[in-house]
Amino acid sequence: MTQQSDVLILGGGPAGLSCARALRALGVDNVVLLERERALGGIPRHCGHHGFGLREFGRVYSGPDYAKRLIDEAAAIDLRPRMTVLKLEPAGVVRATGPNGPEDFQAKAVVLAFGARETPRSARLITGSRPFGVMNTGALQQFVYLHGRCPVQRPVVIGSELVAFSTLLTLRHAGIKPLAIVEENARITTREPGSWIARIGFGVPVLTGTRLLRIIGRETVTGIEIDRGFGPEEMECDGVILTGKFRPETALVAPSHIEIDPGTRGPAIDAYFRCSDHRYFATGNLLRGIETAGQCWREGRAVAQMVAAGLENRLPLREPDVRVTLRGPLAYVYPQRIYRDAPTTNPLLFKARVSRAVRGRLSVIVDGSVVWSRRISALPERRIAWCLPSLDAKACQQISVELDAA
Amino acid sequence: MREFIADSKVVIIGGGVVGCAIFRRLAMAGLAPLLVEAAADILDGASKGNSALLHTGFDAPEGSVELSCMQAGYREYLAIKDRLNLPLVESGALVVAWDEEQHAKLPAMVEKAHRNGVRDVAQIGRDELRRREPSLSPRALGALYVPGEHIIDPWSAPLAYAHQGLAHGGRILRRCRVTGGDFDGTRWVLETTRGPIAAGAVVNAAGNYGDLVEAINRPSPFTITPRKGQFVVFDKPAAGLLHAILLPVPTERTKGIVACRTAFGNLLVGPTAEDQQDRGRAEVDHATLESLIAKGIEMIPDLARHSVNAIYAGLRPATQFKDYQIALDRERRWITIGGIRSTGLTAALGIAQMVARDFAEAFGGLRDAEPIWTPVPNLAEDRARPYLTEAGGDVVCHCELVTRREIEAALQGPLPAGDLGGLKRRTRCMMGRCQGFYCSAEVVALSEGRLAS
Repeated sequence: MTQQSDVLILGGGPAGLSCARALRALGVDNVVLLERERALGGIPRHCGHHGFGLREFGRVYSGPDYAKRLIDEAAAIDLRPRMTVLKLEPAGVVRATGPNGPEDFQAKAVVLAFGARETPRSARLITGSRPFGVMNTGALQQFVYLHGRCPVQRPVVIGSELVAFSTLLTLRHAGIKPLAIVEENARITTREPGSWIARIGFGVPVLTGTRLLRIIGRETVTGIEIDRGFGPEEMECDGVILTGKFRPETALVAPSHIEIDPGTRGPAIDAYFRCSDHRYFATGNLLRGIETAGQCWREGRAVAQMVAAGLENRLPLREPDVRVTLRGPLAYVYPQRIYRDAPTTNPLLFKARVSRAVRGRLSVIVDGSVVWSRRISALPERRIAWCLPSLDAKACQQISVELDAA
Repeated sequence: MREFIADSKVVIIGGGVVGCAIFRRLAMAGLAPLLVEAAADILDGASKGNSALLHTGFDAPEGSVELSCMQAGYREYLAIKDRLNLPLVESGALVVAWDEEQHAKLPAMVEKAHRNGVRDVAQIGRDELRRREPSLSPRALGALYVPGEHIIDPWSAPLAYAHQGLAHGGRILRRCRVTGGDFDGTRWVLETTRGPIAAGAVVNAAGNYGDLVEAINRPSPFTITPRKGQFVVFDKPAAGLLHAILLPVPTERTKGIVACRTAFGNLLVGPTAEDQQDRGRAEVDHATLESLIAKGIEMIPDLARHSVNAIYAGLRPATQFKDYQIALDRERRWITIGGIRSTGLTAALGIAQMVARDFAEAFGGLRDAEPIWTPVPNLAEDRARPYLTEAGGDVVCHCELVTRREIEAALQGPLPAGDLGGLKRRTRCMMGRCQGFYCSAEVVALSEGRLAS
């Protein structure tokens, strides 16, 4: 038997839970949320350190406490943990399985909030043997915070995105000081004073301009080979924590009928967060990879507005009018498609990232005229966001986002 | 009088696919064999990383031991697979010609296949190739179609053989490395890391260590030079790009780079063929993996849109000879099964038949017993997996949809997982696209203190 609801939310992290709560506040209460883990809360559940919730709740929480707050806020919703989604189908049909075996769901609107995960060793094609002890931050956090153990004692941390500092905090919680942070670029990825914090706050050396060449060890990691610019050298360690390089968790979207944008690697959306199949909405880190929990929380709230508008037939039923094209060193821009007359989404919010460190001028060009422009200095790992004030685009045939490097 | 940790009519050295198949066959013949494996679990050496194909032998050397073992093994696999709950993805294979030189070799390959008794092999043209495999690069000129080549599960099959052998009274000792031995004229005393073992006869199925173990009995006539094969496994959506197994026109040295689906619903490209000295360690390397991906995209352009799930490398026990090195030393009660290369998964059951025949003829004592069937859990994607059929067990590994109950089962029974690798091979947990991001902590907690040997 297929279980019907107005809205089905897939994923119980910050985006999904905030969407559930916001829908309820908007008077939409026939909502079901499926989460595959045994507990709701998503990634913050195993970020045992502080730094969550200031903007959304006005105080600072630890990850698990933040997750609890999100769950409490969504408490009136039908929250279904231990439900693994298997398939997304047209007409809002979602096949899942759980403790009671396979179950089918159907909703007027389905919100995809699958989140993101770090790129594992395999997809990074790292040279070497494949011993135990090579893992992502997400796995390390689950070991330390959910199971109270640390599988490594003298690890090296690869990468210096913000999540690398979460790794440092996680290791410190377990009483472990990593040997080094290894970053292949000449500067660390997270905003300075990140390397200062690592060195002084954690006493961990930061090796920039250093490539990981090889992983050594038969059953467990015994060392790595690195190159600091003077050729290969060996470094003894018992673990390699691969941090960052997040990508959207599109395992269920990729084989489905829903279109994926090669830039964001998440579902292509319109300005209402709708996917190529209008029954499906996407939100949070599934849209493009990692942002903060707070950002996902806001996106969850934003998508709830659109879902509610859709249930009231206030969203256009036709295909989007214009596809946004890109020029210059841009990794992605979303929404990827827009409507000419878009009362619900004025002002129109764009988010983007550059594909390399670049200074230059970012412009939005509608039918050959620059309608918005700004000088930027951007790094690939930082979000760029801007609003187009009321887009008077009744005649808009073409819209492109262009970045001219200075 | 020395105390032995075991005293057996026959001891099989090596728990790879070949050792497991021989173990099964001799156990079913009532010999209560003992299998000793140096690693923490079976299938930890050459059998860990192969391309998981069931070959017809259409291109095997004519008149070779390898060909007859492959064909006997192929037949027996088909005969027993349902009783042991083993999968068979009936994909067929296409030997694709990418240039005129390769294309010119196809007719001779058809003739050879027919001489090898594989009579349904036929050459097909560009149009039919295109119709069969729409995602294949249009550069392909034509192909041999080999309907009988199939895809199987590389680990469940030998695991099932081991289980059936156990059910018939065999015994398996893991973390038991043979370090030496003496023959006293009637029996062997094998020295192992767990203590001395008495053996009425010995079967050397030590894979990449075959020549070293052989030296216990005689100066080894063959030398193993492990041949490394690296593989790239693409994520499940890529499996839709191919129907058949894509085989290259082979060279003298290797069958070349294959692209095929896997029983688990992925798409695999590999292996390379790289000789090395190290018998225990198979490293992957960035440049080679990139070249494999490029090779895959060259054959199947749409592969460029798909992401890599897993990377691995296997070592196949190559010798200076082309054929298998199989020998019976009647006097010294020693059977040698050496140099079983990439075709070993197919040939294992056939090799086991040959060993049983040799054993019966030389030493006697075999009898026929009613088989006890020991079906193994299904891991193949084309048949119902527990997450679809069973209520009550929640999913622990989300990428490969492995339930708690499956992991629990693999930690119990007559041959529980001996290490994390063994648990992965038995269940596929941690082997999916996230490679343990979500489930490794949970799996390690579940298996804590329970990875027995």
